Amino acid sequence: MVYFLIFISAIFVNNIVLSQFLGICPFLGVSKKIDTALGMGAAVTFVLTLATVVTYLLQKLLVLWGIEFLQTILFILVIAALVQMIEIMLKKVSPALYQALGVFLPLITTNCCILGVALIVADQSKLLAKLPLGAEYGLLSGTVYAFATAVGFALALILFAGIREQLALNKVPEAMKGTPIALLTAGLLAMAFMGFSGVV
Amino acid sequence: MKTLTNGILKENPTFALVLGMCPTLATTTSAVNGMSMGLATLFVLVCSNVVISMLKNLIPDKVRIPAFIVVIATFVTMVQLVMQAYLPAIYDVLGLFIPLIVVNCIVLGRAEAFAAKNTVGLSALDGLGMGLGFTLSLTVLGVIREFLGAGTVFGFQIYSSQFAALIFVLAPGAFICLAYLMAIVNKLQKK
Repeated sequence: MVYFLIFISAIFVNNIVLSQFLGICPFLGVSKKIDTALGMGAAVTFVLTLATVVTYLLQKLLVLWGIEFLQTILFILVIAALVQMIEIMLKKVSPALYQALGVFLPLITTNCCILGVALIVADQSKLLAKLPLGAEYGLLSGTVYAFATAVGFALALILFAGIREQLALNKVPEAMKGTPIALLTAGLLAMAFMGFSGVV
Repeated sequence: MKTLTNGILKENPTFALVLGMCPTLATTTSAVNGMSMGLATLFVLVCSNVVISMLKNLIPDKVRIPAFIVVIATFVTMVQLVMQAYLPAIYDVLGLFIPLIVVNCIVLGRAEAFAAKNTVGLSALDGLGMGLGFTLSLTVLGVIREFLGAGTVFGFQIYSSQFAALIFVLAPGAFICLAYLMAIVNKLQKK
């Protein structure tokens, strides 16, 4: 039941893009077509879940050795290495999936929702307010949270891409073309997601 | 001089390059928050630009991105520790977004596009210009959102907060404010 609540909360109530403002760059950048949005969503889900597990364990080591101040540097290096490794592995194991994810994999390193979620789960004492339900997160619940967050990211991205595909056919005032109208759409979407607040 | 003003107006990171959207939207709930975030980014930008342009001939081309990230992450950690020690109130509000300067596209973008090709002095100026441009746009956005959402500017009450529209401090307001601000900038630049 707890895991289910974490799931609902991370996807709808505290949606990573629309209420926490993480991962806005890919949200605005690769949301012109539904196909690419699906690819990006899948790639992020994969990397985010794995990265959170690895950095959670790494944080335990950092605390053990008393070198927490290296957290930011080590986390970003681990994420970069992980993305590279996944890329190499996918190329060998599943060329089809590699083809599908293609250019999105290397882009993920600089997607701030990966580092953001890793830091939230690792640094619970400071950032507990960001976590749904507020309870202390273990390895399993942290992983569930990461996975659910990634699903929320994918959901927001795909919804947004669907709207933008329609939007491309409409007449937009000259000054609003491009990013402004996309941001405005995102604002309305965020307002819609606010309707979920208080559910969990 | 041109390098300096370039970042502030013509290639403003927020309005022209559309980089670093996450902190722009998330930390501008008030003018002070937006400005502190801008200044923290400014420091990292200047320092990483200087160090990277000094090291540009020593770093092999193949590993340049990871090397840049390590340099940037070092300065971010410094900012993080200093803010934690001397500005704990602001550090608590900005929280997660301070370490996330590492993955702010502006910092890595300027390192790759400018510092890796130019001299130390020019790179410092470019970092300063870009950082000031970023701070400026964050502060403007913060002032507007704080004014509409809470009726205050830099904490001073302008009109009663019961007439303020709370939505502008919440998530949707960030998107909407930035959208209209960007449209206005577009319109002005066309002329």
